[in-house]
Amino acid sequence: MLLNIQKLNRFFGGLHAVNDISFSVRQGIIKAVIGPNGAGKTTLFNLITGNLKPDSGDIFFKDHRITPLKEHRIAALGISRTFQTTKLFSHMTVCRNVMVGRHIRTKAGFISSILNLPFTWKEEKEIRLKSLEILRSLELADCEDEDAHNLSFGKQRLVEIARALAAEPELLLLDEPAAGLNIHETEKLAEIILQIKNRGITILLVEHDISLVMGISDEVFVLDRGKMLAEGKPEDIQKNRDVINTYLGEGDA
Amino acid sequence: MDVKRYRPIAVLLIIIVFIQLICTFTGTEFFLTQIIMAAYFSLVILGLCLLMGHAGQISLGHAGFFAIGGYTSATLTTINLIDIADSGVAGFLKGAGILFLRKDIYGEEILSFSPWVAFIAALVVTILIAFLIGIPVLRLKGHYLAMATLGFGMIITTIVRGTRIFGEADGISSVPAFDLLPVLRVTGKSIYRIENYYIAWFIVIIALIISLNLINSRVGRALRAIHGSEEAARAIGIDTARYKLYTFVLSAVFAAAGGVFLTHYNGGIGPSQSSVMKSVRYVAIVAVGGMDNIWGCLFMGILLNFLTLRGFFGTLEEVVFGGILIVFMLFFPRGILKPGMITSFRNAIRKCGLKLFRMRGKSKQNAA
Ligand SMILES: Nc1ncnc2c1ncn2[C@@H]1O[C@H](COP(=O)(O)OP(=O)(O)OP(=O)(O)O)[C@@H](O)[C@H]1O
Ligand SMILES: [Mg+2]
Repeated sequence: MLLNIQKLNRFFGGLHAVNDISFSVRQGIIKAVIGPNGAGKTTLFNLITGNLKPDSGDIFFKDHRITPLKEHRIAALGISRTFQTTKLFSHMTVCRNVMVGRHIRTKAGFISSILNLPFTWKEEKEIRLKSLEILRSLELADCEDEDAHNLSFGKQRLVEIARALAAEPELLLLDEPAAGLNIHETEKLAEIILQIKNRGITILLVEHDISLVMGISDEVFVLDRGKMLAEGKPEDIQKNRDVINTYLGEGDA
Repeated sequence: MDVKRYRPIAVLLIIIVFIQLICTFTGTEFFLTQIIMAAYFSLVILGLCLLMGHAGQISLGHAGFFAIGGYTSATLTTINLIDIADSGVAGFLKGAGILFLRKDIYGEEILSFSPWVAFIAALVVTILIAFLIGIPVLRLKGHYLAMATLGFGMIITTIVRGTRIFGEADGISSVPAFDLLPVLRVTGKSIYRIENYYIAWFIVIIALIISLNLINSRVGRALRAIHGSEEAARAIGIDTARYKLYTFVLSAVFAAAGGVFLTHYNGGIGPSQSSVMKSVRYVAIVAVGGMDNIWGCLFMGILLNFLTLRGFFGTLEEVVFGGILIVFMLFFPRGILKPGMITSFRNAIRKCGLKLFRMRGKSKQNAA
């Protein structure tokens, strides 16, 4: 198992936002986490990435216990994410946004940067080439020199994905990547997510767009008010009574 | 290697030489004195440009680091160890170049630490203090950070004002020249003026190269990322706490170096160098310099300090810098500054405005 979550709990004051959640993610699949607003999906992501710490329970990544690690350490182990509301570095160009994404794969520190040591020149070149390659694969190469905040909403979401990919993660967490996208952009996004999967990257996906979820996921985990409601293959989830009643029903009606 | 980043330095060199020639030929070499002093103050500005403009962390206490540098160096080079001059240890240290013997203007023999040793000690002390202050303080954000650094600056002022060895309200005078090399000395004596003009610029250019290298590196990008969104920066794997701390320490070292050199140049240092007003002025200059624009900050650092030193603003000096800050905050797009920082500036300045008012009142009383 690439990711293994055991009996995870997190409270916000009196609110039990994540309630005894256990699940695991196999290497190479797309696993979706769905559920109504406020179900605790983003909180779950924040717990996995170390942005929040659980009140109890454990998270294992490639058999390392990552629960106590700092956020940047967890990222360095190979977990990248995007945010529900995009958090691009808005006063940097698209290319530089992606270049920072290579942080954990590169080394130049304070001293070697200040001294402009020769190894950093090679590294900088590598960072740039790799970033451009990622931008090209997402068809963003033509906006590499634009300021990130000048891009359309849909493109900003893609840049955020590109930035996450620049770290060459093993696990990629996407928090509602289709929110705010039009139908055409959503179709494109589905292709991109599948393409990322084909590169061997495991994906954990939070998404409200049910047809997108059912179309591309291998497994679906349903969360409701912090608790697990169901887990299984997309076709089974679509038939699950509880899920239809609490979540799918309202959307399809 | 990317040499593009160094090109403006060539232009700067030409301007530097040009200014010197003009001053020499027009018999206005006295202007160089204020340019030299402005250059040393600009070291603080360059450091703050990295810290504020790039890493997005405000400090209203950098005059404190300037003073730590200046006072450490002044104390060590003026302390008189002549009473123990005959001991074996003193002899050994003298032989090693750590202590040196000189005569002051009254012909009295003084055995004190050599300026190089004092300089290195000043940097070490600064680094230690910057780490100690930075670790707790950089956890704070926005106006909390502004207030905490402001508090640090005020503590430094209180310490130097209230401590015998730091000369209390008078500060430390009779600080000897700093012989960088046997033929190169940092001193305010007018026969050394042109030499000192180039020494000062040489030091500024070293700071510039360090800054440019940092900005254009993996670390520089990471700092910009922290400025943009700390949360996203952490998620990318940037150790934000460490990067902020190191930048804070580096900027403190820049400030302290400015303090050391200016103290040797002026032959002394006083408590006003550590004042909150000085810190506010540094922040104002970085703001008009464009925050993250190292060249803009350097230009404004030289220009505004030069004008101040020439007495151009007269008694309105503090009004001018306060005014600059207000105008900048009101009329310049939020683009350069983060909204959170703007409020932090405003709050901090509002609050320290009150303090300053009181402090100025006090210093006038002291002077009277
Ligand atoms: N930092 C926080 N402090 C307090 N409460 C929080 C915090 N983050 C989330 N919550 C609460 O926890 C619950 C779960 O929030 P979460 O953002 O995880 O939901 P979600 O499933 O991602 O919802 P959505 O589909 O709207 O994004 C919500 O009731 C939310 O208000
Ligand atoms: Mg959410």
